[in-house]
Amino acid sequence: MDFQLNEQQLAIDEGVRKVCAQFDDQYWTDCETNLHFPQEYYQAMAEGGWLGITMPEEVGGSGLGVTEAVVMMHAATASNGGYSAASAIHINMFGPHAIVVHGTPEQKQRWLRPLVEGKQKACFGVTEPDAGLDTTSIKTFATRTNAGYQVKGRKMWTSTGQVADKILLLTRTTAKKDCKRPTDGMTLFYTDLDRNKIEVRRIHKMGRNAVDSNAVFIDDLFVPEEDRIGEEGQGFKYILDSLNPERILVAAEAIGLGRDALRRASAYAKERVVFGRPIGQNQGIQHPLAECWTQLEAAYWMTMRAAWMYDNGQSCGAEANAAKFLAGRAAFDTATRAVMTHGGMGYAREYQVERLFREAILTRIAPVTEQLILSFIAERVLGQPKSY
Amino acid sequence: MKILVPVKRVVDYNVKVRVKSDGSGVETQGVKMSMNPFDEIAVEEAVRLREKGVATEIIAVSMGLPACAETIRTALAMGADRGILVETDVELQPLAVAKLLKAIVAKENPGLIVMGKQAIDDDMNATGQMLAALLGWSQGTFASKLVIEGDHAIVTREVDGGLETVSLQLPAIVTTDLRLNEPRYASLPNIMKARKKPIETIRPADLGVDPAPRLTLVTVAEPPKRVAGVKVKSVAELVAKLKTEAKVI
Repeated sequence: MDFQLNEQQLAIDEGVRKVCAQFDDQYWTDCETNLHFPQEYYQAMAEGGWLGITMPEEVGGSGLGVTEAVVMMHAATASNGGYSAASAIHINMFGPHAIVVHGTPEQKQRWLRPLVEGKQKACFGVTEPDAGLDTTSIKTFATRTNAGYQVKGRKMWTSTGQVADKILLLTRTTAKKDCKRPTDGMTLFYTDLDRNKIEVRRIHKMGRNAVDSNAVFIDDLFVPEEDRIGEEGQGFKYILDSLNPERILVAAEAIGLGRDALRRASAYAKERVVFGRPIGQNQGIQHPLAECWTQLEAAYWMTMRAAWMYDNGQSCGAEANAAKFLAGRAAFDTATRAVMTHGGMGYAREYQVERLFREAILTRIAPVTEQLILSFIAERVLGQPKSY
Repeated sequence: MKILVPVKRVVDYNVKVRVKSDGSGVETQGVKMSMNPFDEIAVEEAVRLREKGVATEIIAVSMGLPACAETIRTALAMGADRGILVETDVELQPLAVAKLLKAIVAKENPGLIVMGKQAIDDDMNATGQMLAALLGWSQGTFASKLVIEGDHAIVTREVDGGLETVSLQLPAIVTTDLRLNEPRYASLPNIMKARKKPIETIRPADLGVDPAPRLTLVTVAEPPKRVAGVKVKSVAELVAKLKTEAKVI
């Protein structure tokens, strides 16, 4: 067992941190306040080749695994930008996984190359207002026409929809009631986000305001045949492949955010003098921070374990979910503790920890809730009866 | 033209160094190590010269423990073509490094050596000058600008009074100052490529050099802590103190 990053992974960590160091607290505060997509950061990551870390070499990527993507995203969120730094580029990691595995060579060149080069952005149209984790209940429908499909429906919580050029769209091509199994009859597309046919409405939300989240209304969008990924009716299966990597990455992103919050809290505790001594000299302040460190470390190595299993072709559903669970809690607890350590100043924007705090809760909710993770583990690992 | 770029592994500039309790040096165990920033500038300058078509090959050289290979790998990721690691656990002082470099120069015949003006750990500012003396080559130290014109290097030097421009007959040694350039970040594709570039490992004995230290380190101590200043009530009091206590006016 070798519990350390290898030389290449260390170089990735350092390389990402160097790019991110150009973007300071003021930059991220401005993005957050002005609802400004961090385009400059995105561009710098694209220029460094980072957006293609997991993409195949034939489309200009580096063909690395989840483990390397974990190292990268952990470094990105630990460097001032918090979860916004993750969400601005997250979809490039495993969003296009279905295309990598099931796309034709022509589709890969047409779609993945611009993504890797940072010339096009994509968004994910899967979740719907009445179908969150219950994905098979989606209602967006693609009807066959002569040269393609006519799509009608609604999507929800579509991140980066305001700036995206493309949308990965999960639809039904056969109604659920007409299918043998609920997971049948779903088809996946990757197509232009045509704003004449698609209305993208920003959702006002608690945090991570640099990266938009949207309600999407699709009204008679024509999708040509060549924009379908793989076979008709197989879309759900294609999406499933990317769920575990996504959980593992969200875990890494949450931990990076937690590390940044802990760094800030520790620095403040050391400097802030009350009653003639730094507040960090009080065990009431230092012990909770130390506890946060243990939580973050535990979550980090759980995440690395899940990533290693995925990269080595092992089934990692329980581990990926456990990593996401532990990481979300560790990030949230640490960000909360960081605000509390700062006292009143923690509530002030200037000290950044309230921004991280508002973002941290998201990692407990998305992309899968704590309840569903626990149900999964209870059922699949502990053999309990299914509860839902 | 080949360019040789020596790169040193030093404690990262962001690390707050701690003196060992026995005064024998600074703590390097478990401390983040990086390439000496002046050497990064040297690598960058060499890469730019190759991009302009002036240089054909860049060789990065580092010396010391096996971990120095990481520093070479960083240079390779920035654009150097291959590396040479002189592996030894002997403490290397500038004269030993200059002798080892001289032996490598004899093997490789570079047309130009670009190196940091000094390393941020011991601040010796000696190796470049010693190497120039040993080789009998021209030197342009503290360079803030470097242009190759035919068989000459035109070097702008940052000196106390301003800028001095010298013309050096090649082969020559140029040591870099802060303002020469801003080093690039290694991109992911270049980090990947660097893995496949060769690093040759040799030992000082292979070069016929005895690297044993010639200087003895007496002690390393932390600078004294800054003491709090004094508040004065009036200009008159300030002037009086400057006259009688500080004795500066």
